[in-house]
Amino acid sequence: MERDTHFVTGVYEDEDVLLQAITQVRSSGIKIHEVYSPYPVHGIDDYLGYKRSRLPIAAFLFGLLGTTLALTMQFYMMKFDWPMIIGGKDYGAFPDFIPVTFELTVLLASFGMVGVFMVSTNLKPWAQPRIFDLRITDDKHVMAIDIANNSAVELAKIEEILKSSGASEVNKKSFE
Amino acid sequence: MAHDVQHYNLDQKFDFTAATKKSIFTVLGIGAALLVLGIVMAMFGGSHDEAAAAEGHAFHWYERVYANLWINNVYFTGIAIIGVFFFAIQYAAQAGWSTAIIRVMLSLGNWLPIAGVLMIVTFFIANHDLFHWTHAYLFDKASPEYDSIIDGKGSFFYWPMAKGTFPIFYIFRMVLFFGFWVFFFKKFQQFTYNEDVIGGTSSWYKIRSWSAFFLIFFAVSSSIAAWDWVMSIDTHWFSTLFGWYVFSSWFVAGLSAMTLIVMFLKGKGLLEMVNENHVHDLGKFIFGFTIFWAYLWFSQFLLIYYANIPEETVYFIERLSSDIYGPYIFVNLAMNFVLPFLLLMTRDSKRHGVFLKLVCALIIAGHWVDFFLMVQPGTLGHNGGVGFMEVGMFLIYGAAFTFVVLSGLAKGNLVPKNHPMLEESYHHHI
Repeated sequence: MERDTHFVTGVYEDEDVLLQAITQVRSSGIKIHEVYSPYPVHGIDDYLGYKRSRLPIAAFLFGLLGTTLALTMQFYMMKFDWPMIIGGKDYGAFPDFIPVTFELTVLLASFGMVGVFMVSTNLKPWAQPRIFDLRITDDKHVMAIDIANNSAVELAKIEEILKSSGASEVNKKSFE
Repeated sequence: MAHDVQHYNLDQKFDFTAATKKSIFTVLGIGAALLVLGIVMAMFGGSHDEAAAAEGHAFHWYERVYANLWINNVYFTGIAIIGVFFFAIQYAAQAGWSTAIIRVMLSLGNWLPIAGVLMIVTFFIANHDLFHWTHAYLFDKASPEYDSIIDGKGSFFYWPMAKGTFPIFYIFRMVLFFGFWVFFFKKFQQFTYNEDVIGGTSSWYKIRSWSAFFLIFFAVSSSIAAWDWVMSIDTHWFSTLFGWYVFSSWFVAGLSAMTLIVMFLKGKGLLEMVNENHVHDLGKFIFGFTIFWAYLWFSQFLLIYYANIPEETVYFIERLSSDIYGPYIFVNLAMNFVLPFLLLMTRDSKRHGVFLKLVCALIIAGHWVDFFLMVQPGTLGHNGGVGFMEVGMFLIYGAAFTFVVLSGLAKGNLVPKNHPMLEESYHHHI
């Protein structure tokens, strides 16, 4: 069965060329699916026009959950379920609860953040990653363009723009 | 892209205009008026405490003035030395991001010589009224007021002289600390401004070496200064992390002060190189060290509360069960931890001026409350509180401090134009 071509990929040798290319490709009205690089390229998210991650909000909410859980748990245990006098203090001795509250806040904030990150980026162990080009794990930057998302632009035109933006190769790639 | 830094006018100087001076003097004037008002009220409204008067411990209005002098001496000395400390940290850590604002940090140190003189003069004028351990009878075994605990600690103040005479060791340390702090400050100043003339990297290497020595000296001296100037007020009591606690209080306030000056200069169109990325880093420092302060405050409190040993709990009982100071414990925690923590949590609030300025002002007032709570309960007891006198004295010191720092800043270029890491600071992006 013949497969349709889903993606056009541009292979770039240098990160400065890549960053300029992103600007050029985006300004010509082509939507970029994703850019893959062997190492983090500083500032690339600004060039790609990505919105800021909302992960900190998730972290804050999980932290808040941790605080609430820790305080509820300790007050319930120490004041209602099994009241104990420790160090001559009241049953609900708030300062005593702070260390545990802090730890649970940090624990839930960090675990929650990692969990949300994995879910939102599809980092589950059985996920099938789409490898656009094996060399992105070595020394090449690859810009992937989804043809279906750019139906207004002709395929040949996309390839031409990629070439002119400094891509050393322009390939086609499709997945099952 | 490589030499964009050349587009900036690197010879910019801060012009300390008459208008700015006028607003500083207005604040100073308001402070002075409030202080006088406070003094008048204390003189005529004061001491109706006849029982205390009969015992010969009548409270005098000037004791409250001394306590206020001491709070602000310690507080503004701290802010000044933190400027020098943070400057030295940048060099010791070989940090590049901060190059454009490095002279703002150093400029806080301009207050140090004045702070030193004020501290020593205040000590000699106020000593019995501020420091219980200065009374000779505490060390006299024949006296009914002989205090064996303070006698045991006496050598720390009086060595090598007899206890209860002249606190030579204490004075020696005060002079030594201020002497070295001013010495290092002048050294840094001399090297960094000389760099503008001679260029090259030799000044940078020299400052780095001097920074290392300064940081070692500061690590020890800041802690001992905290014991001497603050903890010795409550002479019987001690806390092993008190040095760090005072340092953290100084550090947050100092960071806030330098951030406010940076924002002020940016508002004047100066420091063009400094953008929201640098401001963001300052904001992160403030946010982080706000939590650090809360951590130390709470560590000190929790251990004392939990262990419940009378000679330790006395410090917090004196404050928490007092009608005057009790509420300020919570004001202190709210202003210095809860509010900055929540307000500075998001990225935007650290990058955009309005929020950050608000939090910096809050913190500078908040840490004054912190020092107020360290000094007043031990010196004034139930005669203390926050009134016109406190606000007035704080405004006077604040205005004088700002005036001295800004006039120091106006003397040279704002940006170290030949600093080897200037380019890195320009490209700083987070």
